[in-house]
Amino acid sequence: MDVRSQEAIRSLADQHGKDKLLVLLGAPDPESAEIAAETVVQGDPSYAGPLAGAQLGLVVHHVLDPAVRQHVPPAVWEEQIGVMADVLDGAALTAAVAAMRRRAEGS
Amino acid sequence: MFSDKLIIALGERDGISGPAIAACATAAGGSVAFIATECFV
Repeated sequence: MDVRSQEAIRSLADQHGKDKLLVLLGAPDPESAEIAAETVVQGDPSYAGPLAGAQLGLVVHHVLDPAVRQHVPPAVWEEQIGVMADVLDGAALTAAVAAMRRRAEGS
Repeated sequence: MFSDKLIIALGERDGISGPAIAACATAAGGSVAFIATECFV
């Protein structure tokens, strides 16, 4: 995750508290989804950015998670996500991010 | 899930973009606080 994003997330967490924030990811594969989720839950795994060592514990989902999709009006979903929901492996992406949430809950 | 939440929309160029995520979140009742579309090359 780039430095600018990490700075913004850290600032928002400081300003509003972690319970106010919800992170939605658009990563194309489970590996990158897991790294992004890890960054906002347990801190930057590369230890290079502002979130290094920051265990923010933010709530994070992939946008293709059915728990997210059920709240989005179908017309908006089709316009904004459309064919990408068929191209990407939504189940694997959802599972990768859910695994990181579970790790955070268990820590 | 979205009520009273500030949404951080972290898209990726090869996946789903930040603005697309933000549009979905807004339509679902969330307030978007940050949008990014990252590129891993």
